[in-house]
Amino acid sequence: MHMADALLSPAVGTAFWAGAIGTIGFASRKLKARLDDRKIPLMGVAGAFIFASQMINFTIPGTGSSGHLGGGLILTILLGPHAAFLVMASVLTVQALFFADGGLLALGCNIWNLGVYPCFVAWPLIYKPLAGDGRDRRRILPASVASAVAGLQMGAFSVVLQTLLSGKIALPFGTFLLVMQPIHLAIGAVEGFVTAGVIHYVRAVRPEMLDSVASTRPLAAGISLRNVLAGFIALAVVTGGALTWFASTHPDGLEWSIERISGKGGLPGQEHGIAAAAKRLQEKIAFLPDYGFKPPEGKSRGTEEAPAWPNIDAGTSASGLIGGLLVLAMALGIGWAIRAFRGKRST
Amino acid sequence: MSHHLLEFNDVRFRYPDGTEALRGVSFRITHGESVGIVGANGAGKSTLLLHMNGYLLPTAGFVTVGEVPLRKETRPEIRRKVGVVFQNPDDQLFMPTVFDDVAFGPLNLGMPPDRVRERVREALYRVNALTLADKPPHRLSGGQKSAVAIATVIAMEPDILVMDEPAASLDPKSRRAVIGLLNTFAHSKIVASHDLDLILDVCARCLVIRDGAIVADGPSARILSDATLLAENNLELPLTLQGRPAMGGNAPMSAPRS
Amino acid sequence: MGDPCVSREAFHMTFEASFSGIGRLDRLSYRDTAVHRLDPRAKVVATMLYVVAVISFPKYEVLSLLPFFLFPVLMAALGDIPAGFIARKVVAVSPFAVFVGMFNPLFDPGTVAIAPGVSVSAGWVSFASILVKFALTISAALLLIATTSFPGICRAFRRLGMPALFVSQLLFLYRYLFVLMEETMRVVRARDLRSFGRRGTGVRVFVRIVATLFLRTVERAERIYGAMLARGFRGEVPSMRREALGPSDAVFVLAAASFFALCRLVPVPETIGRLVRGFAG
Repeated sequence: MHMADALLSPAVGTAFWAGAIGTIGFASRKLKARLDDRKIPLMGVAGAFIFASQMINFTIPGTGSSGHLGGGLILTILLGPHAAFLVMASVLTVQALFFADGGLLALGCNIWNLGVYPCFVAWPLIYKPLAGDGRDRRRILPASVASAVAGLQMGAFSVVLQTLLSGKIALPFGTFLLVMQPIHLAIGAVEGFVTAGVIHYVRAVRPEMLDSVASTRPLAAGISLRNVLAGFIALAVVTGGALTWFASTHPDGLEWSIERISGKGGLPGQEHGIAAAAKRLQEKIAFLPDYGFKPPEGKSRGTEEAPAWPNIDAGTSASGLIGGLLVLAMALGIGWAIRAFRGKRST
Repeated sequence: MSHHLLEFNDVRFRYPDGTEALRGVSFRITHGESVGIVGANGAGKSTLLLHMNGYLLPTAGFVTVGEVPLRKETRPEIRRKVGVVFQNPDDQLFMPTVFDDVAFGPLNLGMPPDRVRERVREALYRVNALTLADKPPHRLSGGQKSAVAIATVIAMEPDILVMDEPAASLDPKSRRAVIGLLNTFAHSKIVASHDLDLILDVCARCLVIRDGAIVADGPSARILSDATLLAENNLELPLTLQGRPAMGGNAPMSAPRS
Repeated sequence: MGDPCVSREAFHMTFEASFSGIGRLDRLSYRDTAVHRLDPRAKVVATMLYVVAVISFPKYEVLSLLPFFLFPVLMAALGDIPAGFIARKVVAVSPFAVFVGMFNPLFDPGTVAIAPGVSVSAGWVSFASILVKFALTISAALLLIATTSFPGICRAFRRLGMPALFVSQLLFLYRYLFVLMEETMRVVRARDLRSFGRRGTGVRVFVRIVATLFLRTVERAERIYGAMLARGFRGEVPSMRREALGPSDAVFVLAAASFFALCRLVPVPETIGRLVRGFAG
């Protein structure tokens, strides 16, 4: 469920980048204040461990989709939330670069969705209370299933919100939610089972490892409800700001998403009919009526005022199409020429 | 040059789980000596090496390097004098490029960047790995990794070089190269290994350790040709000495494993 | 409850393929070309600007995005990166964007004219826009790593203000990525050799593998920590500046930024098309 660049608007993307970097800074400062030096290599190697184990996919029966160890929860149980968050952020960064999972701008969203929720929300608010000090074996399984499911549900919901706020897709809110949440229910349950299994195994073979991790942090775990609330308020402010900005620059996009959220649901296409669509189209065109004739300098007022696509000035469209193909051909031609030239030179 | 001196005086060490790994180890290594440490698995070799740079502190007894007694506060100083090359180069080389890895020690010593660069070049030159500077360690061959691992330690210019299995899992040619390399060092050297041929080639003196105590100490040539002693320690004659009369009729090929 | 199964075939496909894919990208990143020699900071900044410029186009924009293909094409050609390899990797990660975007044609029934007399559903146009943006942004990210060594990117992050602790995490992760992937592969091969062709292995085995790997990871971290201490580690991973921004880096960033700005503000294909038609008519 990696978020992808192509589905994001710059506002949402940069807002979550800011959120992710802010949290990285926060976790680094917290950790630096009282870090056992030993943890520095351990965190790094743990990241590589998560990365390697994530490459083992297993299919979840009944859905046909494949799940893998997200790792946020298990890392938090073993390393504590701040260290675990940094490890998750570094795993996702490497994935964004080497696997192109999502892309560079979506990295902020992905760190938020897969790092913040398990480490700073699911673990302190669900795992800790349910598992207690972790000495009672029977409490670990329910605790880790519940918190893995909750963490992934929050992450999946977050993906849906980020996509809808970006306004690039037409999938109705309710439908998207109905697809995303159940899939991640299954993935979360599997993650919970695997997490509990690993914790049991570690406890059986090297019990002191869990104790030493547990003892290097105070029982309150450095996460007070106040901090969590403060984080949520910050998130609300950031998204609120993004939303307002979005509303002022892309009125049609917001209208679109609010319309969908307000629950027309189902297959709204059938309700609209061609006349309604044409009317909406006309409204959009009216919003920027002179697109086809606008001189370039007029547009440099601000990139965000660039017009929406629907524009039935046939002349403009035809020019665009011809020019587009030419540009594409030129770009590829340049690449080919450079390669051919290199090839010749090296022989 | 008394600062090249390493002395263990009745050193005892007990792990937190109660295992007594060293039971009164005493020896003295002087300037320029090269000493092999051999013994069965679990005899206490690793524990012994980990005391040489203060990764572990003795439960009782004293370790002295030069004139400095090993204590918690003196560890940084001791670590400057004693360089340890660990067994697995993948654990020894933890930085993303060879250059960064060799520079790690000198930078920690607080050297200015120019001196660090110089040290790195010099160290890599000595192990014949200058061209590898910008490579990431995962792109090196086993032999290259071992050479670079040694460079990371000699870049700190230690007085005493300690190595744990410097040629383990190397192909014969790379192993030979490492042996050649070790013989070019004028440092005091301490080498722990199961590769008795390597010890024979590199070290003039040899210690045999069993159950946390030293059971033999003398010239490698003598100790490593004592088939009975070796068999008692789950070891066997170096290949180069096998087939000699000293071996007698019953080859100690299958000494019982404990 | 139903145990999730690990399919051996699926495992080998994904694991070995991703492993070699990463390895190849990593090897490419150590090549020596003009693009590789640029300061990592310049490439990171240019790529970020590029991604933001691309996705800032509204949802129905397709044609104006096309000039942006020039950037990845140039990076690949000048950096001597095999285009087919990058293209295959882009396709390999596309499912999520395609999955989400393919609903656009279903739910966005308005029509637009794309040429005189030809009109298509607006949903198809926005879907096409998503696909083009996807191809552009993902190939840019892959080319960044293919033309810049990962340690270089990390040094760029550090000097662009990322916390040192986080950057040292990234470096350790990179260093042990390949070591642990090989270890994982060995463990899984050992498991397969002993499962005698049984198709699929239960979640128990998966848990055992993950747990074993984790324990080995912790032991390795302990040994690494010992090696670090032996070389004077006192809580800070030191780093040395190596790159200095040169004139070529400045030229690169400025040229890239102005190209992106131009293509963002001026509908280039349309202008060119109009010029061509002007000549023709």
